[in-house]
Amino acid sequence: MSFFGARSFRHGVHPEEHKDQTAHLETERMAFVPRYELLLGQHGGKPSVPVVHPGQKVVRGQLLARADGFVSTSLHSPVSGTVRSLDRCRHPNGSLVPAIEIEADPFSAQTWPEPKPTDPSTLDNDQFVEFVQSMGIVGMGGAAFPAHVKYKLSPDKPAQKLIINGCECEPYLTCDHRVMVEFAERVVRGIRILADNLRIPEVHVGIEKNKPDAVAAMREAARGDERIRIVDLVVKYPQGAEKMLIKALLGEEVPAGRLPLEVGALVNNVGTMVAIADAFDLGRPLVERVVTIAGPNVGRPSNLIVPIGTPVRDVLDTCGGLNAETREVVMGGPMMGQPMISLDAPVLKGTSGLLAFPQTQLDRAAEYTCLKCGRCVEACPAFLNPSKLVRLAKVRRYEEMEQAYVMDCMECGSCSYACPSNIPIVQLIRVSKSSLRGKKRG
Amino acid sequence: MENVLVAATIMAGLGFSLAGLLALAHRFLHVEEDPRLDEAEARLPGSNCGACGEPGCRAFAEKLIAGEAAPSGCTVSSPDAIEGLAAFLGVDPGQAEKNVARLHCGGGLAQAHQIAEYVGQSNCRAAHVVGGGGKGCSWGCLGLADCEVSCDFGAIHMNSNGLPVVDVALCTACGDCVDACPRDLFTIEPLAHALVVQCAAPLEGDAARAVCSAACDACGKCALDAAPGLIEMRDGLPHIDYSAGGPASPEATLRCPTGSIRWVPAGQFEEERDRLAKDSMTLSSPPAGGFHV
Repeated sequence: MSFFGARSFRHGVHPEEHKDQTAHLETERMAFVPRYELLLGQHGGKPSVPVVHPGQKVVRGQLLARADGFVSTSLHSPVSGTVRSLDRCRHPNGSLVPAIEIEADPFSAQTWPEPKPTDPSTLDNDQFVEFVQSMGIVGMGGAAFPAHVKYKLSPDKPAQKLIINGCECEPYLTCDHRVMVEFAERVVRGIRILADNLRIPEVHVGIEKNKPDAVAAMREAARGDERIRIVDLVVKYPQGAEKMLIKALLGEEVPAGRLPLEVGALVNNVGTMVAIADAFDLGRPLVERVVTIAGPNVGRPSNLIVPIGTPVRDVLDTCGGLNAETREVVMGGPMMGQPMISLDAPVLKGTSGLLAFPQTQLDRAAEYTCLKCGRCVEACPAFLNPSKLVRLAKVRRYEEMEQAYVMDCMECGSCSYACPSNIPIVQLIRVSKSSLRGKKRG
Repeated sequence: MENVLVAATIMAGLGFSLAGLLALAHRFLHVEEDPRLDEAEARLPGSNCGACGEPGCRAFAEKLIAGEAAPSGCTVSSPDAIEGLAAFLGVDPGQAEKNVARLHCGGGLAQAHQIAEYVGQSNCRAAHVVGGGGKGCSWGCLGLADCEVSCDFGAIHMNSNGLPVVDVALCTACGDCVDACPRDLFTIEPLAHALVVQCAAPLEGDAARAVCSAACDACGKCALDAAPGLIEMRDGLPHIDYSAGGPASPEATLRCPTGSIRWVPAGQFEEERDRLAKDSMTLSSPPAGGFHV
């Protein structure tokens, strides 16, 4: 859909952006800390299986845990040091999950071994997929789904279009923005590797208009490559969602319950492209990522390159700590992120941001009865009827919600944001979905 | 006017002829039903809870008449009602083992360590979705009473320690609380199986004690003290197998350092209630019916 020249999808909301805090800040590399926790299940799919034992010396980038099956990926050490234990550690959501604890060697220079480039043109599709899996690369947009799964070509549904997600539609977050501004060459290099190997003729890079410097940098880096199209999009949430982005860029709709491949599209985040470029050109597995640390209560908002596994507490300390009024730290963006139960939890492969908020911004406004105004219906990018779903959720009629397609809800939160009566719509829907899944299991 | 009369006549004719068809169908396609079925169903409680294993009271009544179930299979009926039903049908009431819902967590507000404050919808499922309330233990009871709400018989009440107390007299073992608990902490057990493990955390040693003072730290003393084969330590928790082992006794619980395995002849958390009563603390919702059985 075209709207004054810029493209977008239908419905959605436009929350306050709050990106000024960090959008202009160059990425900095975070100093090494004494201890790292690598969660075995930090990607989508099956948790990895450890291949190291306590007391073992490891070097930066060494394999710690291998993939268990196809929908799983490997895990590598972010530092040189010693494996201290294979025990449990807190996940950002509070649960105690299996993890590998690494003690960094304080005397190590933490340099990378000599680059070991791999020529992607020598690999066939199976080898390419296997290589990406062995490098532990996941989708860097937030869901952390193993990237290689999408690269497996199927003969009946070939990927025709590669879609690169540079929308970053969540408020506060600027990590993808900085990646595109500072590492545009690496992003384009990753795109070329992928497009060459998977023989994809068309590449569309979607970037929201509020990042003109990123658009310019990407256009400059992609100059001369006929395949790559950089498209600026209307600023709207949730444009970074796969299906919304496909709609915005190609004008095509992915059927409910189906994958983007249905319309021949393959969607990847810009950060994933950098990880692919580093894996092939330098032989470096995914052991660090850019994280935006922002919010009103952070001492020194930053865009940091953080080794995966760094405890969140240490990351926040690096950024000047939290001020005393902080009541909540959110991992991810404010719309879909997860409130953290413990700051002992580490940064994960899918951690795009750490945001700190005071009580004044968390106070829930009083909830009123539904006005039937329809703003949630207008906001829902999946074209569901949140008002009806809430009415059913409140009386626990979950089976009827299933008939109203509640399972197609991606929990973007646009409905809750749009509701003038402050009804926690998406929260009620999440509870209902969890209940329905529980019933299925039993 | 004529049109109206024609329409009325046609409708009346249709009505009568269809009624005639129904009357014939009733006469010739009539299904002979046991006359006792309605009476038997009337004698059942009519709660359609499903605890007997049948989809509802009528289905259970059919099984009764067919002799495939005994009246005592209904766990909701009072002993008198079961006697009456058995006498009516002229069958033996049968012996049913009394089953109750058991909670496998003893980590109330006083035992489980809090590491965060949960603000949000006040139900367990919602807390579970955003990471599990504020307790440091990610296996334990969330304490927001989804089970209490789900119980059709009013057999579950939250005590002041934030744990659900099952009134064994009222519990019909229907299993609604088992489905309601997002952490799967309830199981239906025979009341006679008095050894109850009140912990679900697979943690061991200090790691377990770090999250809850009532957590099983997997020391294994209960397994050593019990009859051989009765208790097996698996995944950091004792597993009790009544079919394999010898007789169960309170011996197994005596050396438990955290009190996570209990000898519970009746309702759970009774000592808790006594202690709270002694401290003259008021219960936020006093358990109805008491703990007599």
